[in-house]
Amino acid sequence: MEFLRPATWDEALAAKAENPSALPISGGTDVMVELNFDRHRPGALLDLNRITELTEWESGTYEGQDGEVIRLGAAVPYARITKELSGPLQGLSIAGNTVGSPQIRNRGSVGGNLGGASPAGDAHPALLAAGKDVFVEAESVRGTRLIAIDDFYVGVKRNSLQPDELIRAVRIPVADGPQQFSKIGTRNAMVIAVCAFGFALHPKNGTVGTGIGSAAPTPRRAPEAEQFLADELAERGLWQSGGLIGPAAVQRFGELVSAAASPIDDVRGSAAYRRHALAVMARRTLTWTWNEYTQSLRSAAA
Amino acid sequence: MSARNSATRTIRGEKNLQDITTAHPDGIGGSPLRPDGTLKVRGEFAYSSDLWHEDMLWGMALRSPHAHARILSIDTTEALTQPGVYAVMTHEDIPGSKYYGLEIQDQPALAFGKVRYHGEAVAIVAADHPETARRALAKIKVEYEVLAPITTEEHCQNPETFGYVHEPEEYRGHASGNVVHSQKVVSGLGVNDDVRAMADVVVVGEYEVGMQDQAFLGPESGLAVPAEDGGIDLYIATQWLHVDRQQVAPVLGLPENKVRLTLAGVGGAFGGREDLSMQIHACLLAQRTGKPVKIVYSREESFFGHVHRHPAKMRYEHGATRDGRLVYMDARIVLDGGAYASASPAVVGNASSLSVGPYEVPNVNVLAIAYYSNNPSCGAMRGFGAVQACFAYETQLDRLAAELGMDPVELRQLNAVSQGSHLPTGQVIDAPAPVAELLQKVKDLPLPPPLDTEHHLDIRELPGALSNTSHGEGIVRGVGYAVGLKNVGFSEGFDDYSTARVRLEVIGGEPVAMVHTAMAEVGQGGVTVHGQIARTELGVEQVTIHPANTEVGSAGSTSASRQTYMTGGAVKLAAEAVRNELFNLGRSRYGWTYNDLSLIGGKVVSASAGVLISMVDLLGDQAIDLTREHHHRPTVPFDKETGQGFGHVQYTFCAHRAVVDVDVELGLVKVVELAAAQDVGKALNPLSVIGQIQGGSTQGLGLAVMEEIITKDGKVRNPSFTDYLIPTILDTPPQPVEIMELADPNAPYGLRGVGEAPTLSSTPAIVSAIRAATGLALNRVPVRPEHITGT
Ligand SMILES: Cc1cc2nc3c(=O)[nH]c(=O)nc-3n(C[C@H](O)[C@H](O)[C@H](O)COP(=O)(O)OP(=O)(O)OC[C@H]3O[C@@H](n4cnc5c(N)ncnc54)[C@H](O)[C@@H]3O)c2cc1C
Repeated sequence: MEFLRPATWDEALAAKAENPSALPISGGTDVMVELNFDRHRPGALLDLNRITELTEWESGTYEGQDGEVIRLGAAVPYARITKELSGPLQGLSIAGNTVGSPQIRNRGSVGGNLGGASPAGDAHPALLAAGKDVFVEAESVRGTRLIAIDDFYVGVKRNSLQPDELIRAVRIPVADGPQQFSKIGTRNAMVIAVCAFGFALHPKNGTVGTGIGSAAPTPRRAPEAEQFLADELAERGLWQSGGLIGPAAVQRFGELVSAAASPIDDVRGSAAYRRHALAVMARRTLTWTWNEYTQSLRSAAA
Repeated sequence: MSARNSATRTIRGEKNLQDITTAHPDGIGGSPLRPDGTLKVRGEFAYSSDLWHEDMLWGMALRSPHAHARILSIDTTEALTQPGVYAVMTHEDIPGSKYYGLEIQDQPALAFGKVRYHGEAVAIVAADHPETARRALAKIKVEYEVLAPITTEEHCQNPETFGYVHEPEEYRGHASGNVVHSQKVVSGLGVNDDVRAMADVVVVGEYEVGMQDQAFLGPESGLAVPAEDGGIDLYIATQWLHVDRQQVAPVLGLPENKVRLTLAGVGGAFGGREDLSMQIHACLLAQRTGKPVKIVYSREESFFGHVHRHPAKMRYEHGATRDGRLVYMDARIVLDGGAYASASPAVVGNASSLSVGPYEVPNVNVLAIAYYSNNPSCGAMRGFGAVQACFAYETQLDRLAAELGMDPVELRQLNAVSQGSHLPTGQVIDAPAPVAELLQKVKDLPLPPPLDTEHHLDIRELPGALSNTSHGEGIVRGVGYAVGLKNVGFSEGFDDYSTARVRLEVIGGEPVAMVHTAMAEVGQGGVTVHGQIARTELGVEQVTIHPANTEVGSAGSTSASRQTYMTGGAVKLAAEAVRNELFNLGRSRYGWTYNDLSLIGGKVVSASAGVLISMVDLLGDQAIDLTREHHHRPTVPFDKETGQGFGHVQYTFCAHRAVVDVDVELGLVKVVELAAAQDVGKALNPLSVIGQIQGGSTQGLGLAVMEEIITKDGKVRNPSFTDYLIPTILDTPPQPVEIMELADPNAPYGLRGVGEAPTLSSTPAIVSAIRAATGLALNRVPVRPEHITGT
C-alpha cells in the first residue's frame, strides 16, 4: 500500500488528482477500523494530518449565506468543536459530544464523518438542522465546489464528492437560535446511534431545521415537520410572543418527524422503536429549544 | 468493611482461623497490591498476544461461513503454492485423535464431514506474515452443501423431522437424540395435583436468558514452539494448563509429557478459556513446520473462537401458602448447548441442582436439559448454569410477593435457607448460610438521593447520559432486590485437586519463599493471595511466584470460584509442610521440645520461650522444597432420576439491591447504584474480594441491560464490540459492598469462593428495579429499549 503524506493542501489536491482512488485519512477513526477489519484494501492512503489549515476554523461572511458563518476546517476534532464552538455551533457541538469516547473525540472530525457519509454519523443531523445554507467545501485541482448539505448525502455511505475532490471545510451559519441534538444508544456512552435527531430554531428567517440519523439509507431532514412547525409558529405569532407551542402541535411535530424516517430492523434496534424514539426526541428537543428561546426573549425584554 | 467506608466484619466459627500465627500486613487479611497491577495499568504487562519468537510463523484458521453444511471437498493447492506459506492443514493432516472436548470428546480439531456452527475451523495455515496467511486462507477452496440449521427448541426436540446435529452413531458420552445432557431433581412429594392443592397461591412464568459472551479483552493467543525431543512447548493464555494438555496431546499423537505448557499473560477469561481455542492449531502447525507458530485472534474471530453462556428458556411454577411459605416449585430449564458439548453436562448439573435458589422448598420437581444445535457452542461462563436459573426464580419470588401483597425482601427472608437447611438434592447446608442477613444488609443501606434535575442537571447521571436524550423527562426510579445460590468448586464426584510447591531458602541474607503452581492467573488475583498465604504461614517478607507451568502438578481450573479455595489451600498445605520441616530441623539440631512454635518476622518463635533462632541461621544454605496436593471433600454424582446426592463442595451467597432510573418513554436505563452483600467466609484479600464482587455484579449488569450475542439461523450477527455492547464506566454505578465473614469449617481459613455469586443476583435485581419503575413483566434478559417501550 502506498502512503502519501502531502505537506500542503495544494500537494494534497495534486496527489488526489493523480491518485483518485487514494483513500484520505484524517483522524483515522473510521479508516483504521476499516483497514483492521479488512473491509477495505485501498491501493494508497492519503494522509491529511500534515495540513494544518484543516484543523483550523474561522468566522466570517460568505456569499450565498446570510450573516456570520463558521468555516470549520475538515479535520477540527469534535473535542475542540465542543470546547471552542459550543455557542455558534450549538447543535454540532452537542452532537460531537455524543461521539464515541474522549479518545475518539480527540481524533474524529466532521470532515471524516462527511467523508464516510454513514447514515449513523452524528454530525449529519446537526448539519442538516443548522440550515439549508450549510455548504461542504469540496476542492480539487479544478477548483472549489460548494455542495449544499441537502445535496451531499446520496446513498448508503455515499456522498457527492468527485473522485479527485477533498473536503476542505464546512461552512455553517452561526446559530441564530437554540439548537439541540439527541441520540439513542443502548448503553450510556460509546455507542453508535440506533437513531438520532438534530433540531434548530432559526428565528431570523422564521424556519426550523431538522436532521434524522440512522433511520434511513442516508441522513435526511423531515421537510413536512419543518414546514408544519414553521407555519404553526408564524401563524400563531409565537416567534414574537414566545408563547407555549402546546402539546397538540408538539405531538404533531413528533409524528411528522417519525413519518419522515424509513428505518429498518437490525441488530441495533427495531424499525418500530426507531420511529417511536424519533418522535420522542423530536418532542423533547423542540421543548428544550423553545424553552431556551422564550427565556432569551424574556431576558431580552427585561 | 465496605467499598466506600467501613462496616462490620462478622467472624464466627474460628476453628480454621487458629492456624494463623502472624498478622503480617501483606499476609492474609491484608490488601497488598497485585504484582501485575501497575504493569497492566501502564500497558507494560506482556499478554499472550505479545509473545514473540525468532523465526516464528503466524497461524490462522479458515472458518465456516455456514451454521450447518456438509463439506464436499477442500482444495488447498493454490494456498500451498503462495510464497511465504509454510503449511496448510486440514483434518487429514492430523497425526493423532481428531476430536477433543472438556467432558465429551465430540469436537473435531478441524472440521470433517460437516460443519456444525458458524465459524467452525476447517483448515489452518502457517505463513511468515499474518497478511500472507490471510491471503492464503482466501485461496483455500471449500465446497459446501448447505444444510438447514437446527436452531430452535422445536428443531432440537424433533430430530426425525429436522435432523440430528450429531448423527446417532457419532455420539460420544451419554447423549441421545439432540440432547447433550439432562438432569432431574425430585424432592419431597415432587409436584403433582395433591401438592398443588396445598398451595393457596400459584405463580407460573416463562423466562428467557439471551446468549452472553465472556467478552474478555485479551483475544485468544499463544505461541507453540517445537522442541528438540519432538515435543512442543506451548505458551498460552488459558484457565487450566493441565486440561489443555490433556486435550492437545492426543491430537498431536504425543504423550502428555512431551507437551509442556507455560502460562502466558491472560487478558481475562470468565469461563471463555476453559475450552481450547487456538491451542491445537498452533501446536499442529509447529509440529508440521518445525518452527514456532503464533496465533492471535482478531476481535471478530474471538467471538467465534470461544463458547458462550447458554441461552435459556425456562418455565417456573411456584406454589405458596397465604402467609408466604413456599410449598412447591416445578421448573423446566432448557439450555441451548450449541454444536459441541463443551461444559454442557456440568452446566445442566448446576442449573438443575441450584434451580430453587437459596430457599427451602419442601416439594420440588425439576428438569434441566441441554440440547445440541447449530447455534454457537456454549459452555463455561461465570455463574455457570446458576445465572439463568437465578433470573427465573428471583423473578418468580417478586411476582409471588406481589400476588401475596408481601414485601419482596420479607418473602425471601421467610423462605431463606440457613445452616442446616436441606436443598432439594438432599444435601444439607453444613456451613453458615446467612441469606436472610445478606438481604437485610443491602436493604438497610441508605438509598441514593433522588434525582433532582431541577437544581442540578448533569446528563451523565441520566439514562442516555451524554447522548442527551433527557433532561429529566420520562424518568422513573425503581428499586429491586435479588439473592442467589452458587456452588464453589467442581461438583458431582469430580476430584479437582490442586497442587502447590513451596520452596524456602536464604537468598541475599533473607529467607525467601517461592510458590510454584500451575494456577492460571486470569486477573482474579491468585498470585497476590499466594504471596499472602506464604507470608502468613512462613513469616517471611519475600515471596516469589514461579511462572505457572506443567512442571508442577495440576492446579485445576481458574473457574467455579475455586482457585483461592483449592490452590490457595494447596499453597497453605505446602507452606505448612515446609514450616514443619523447618521446625523438625531445629528440633533435631537443637533438641527443641517446644510445641508452641511459630514463624514470625523471619524468626522461629516459641510462645513460651520467645525468639529461638532466625530462619536464616536455621536454614543456612539448605533449601526446603515440598509439594502438596489439596483435595476438597469428596462429592458424588446426582442420581439421574431424582437428582439426589451430596453433589457440591461448598455454597456461596450474594444479595443485591439495585436502584435504577428508567426513561420510560425511550426505554433507556441508568443503573444508579448496585449494592451487594456477600458472605466470603474469610476475606484473604479484602480489596480483591471487593473487586471480584464489583466485577461480577457489573457482568450481571451487562446481561441485564445490554449483552447478547444475536444469532439468526445459527449465524452470529454481532461479532464485534461495535454491536456486542459491554458496560462502560458511565454504565457502571457506585457499588457499595457489605462483606460478611462467617467461616466455613471445611474450607482453608474458612474462606468461601467469591467470584461468581455476585454475577447471579445482580441481573435479576436490576430487572426487578426496572419492573418497579415501569410496571412491565420483563421476562427476558437483556432488557432492550424495545421491551420497555413496546415497540
Ligand atoms: C470506537 C469508535 C466510536 C465511534 N463512535 C462514533 C459515534 O458515536 N458517532 C459517529 O458519528 N461516529 C463514530 N465513530 C466513527 C468516527 O469516529 C467518525 O465517523 C469520525 O467523524 C471520523 O472522523 P476521522 O477524522 O477519524 O475520519 P477518518 O477515519 O480519517 O476518515 C473517514 C472517512 O472520511 C474520508 N475523509 C477524511 N477526511 C477527508 C477529507 N478531508 N476529504 C475527503 N474525505 C475525507 C476518509 O477517506 C474516510 O472515508 C466511532 C469510531 C470509533 C472507532
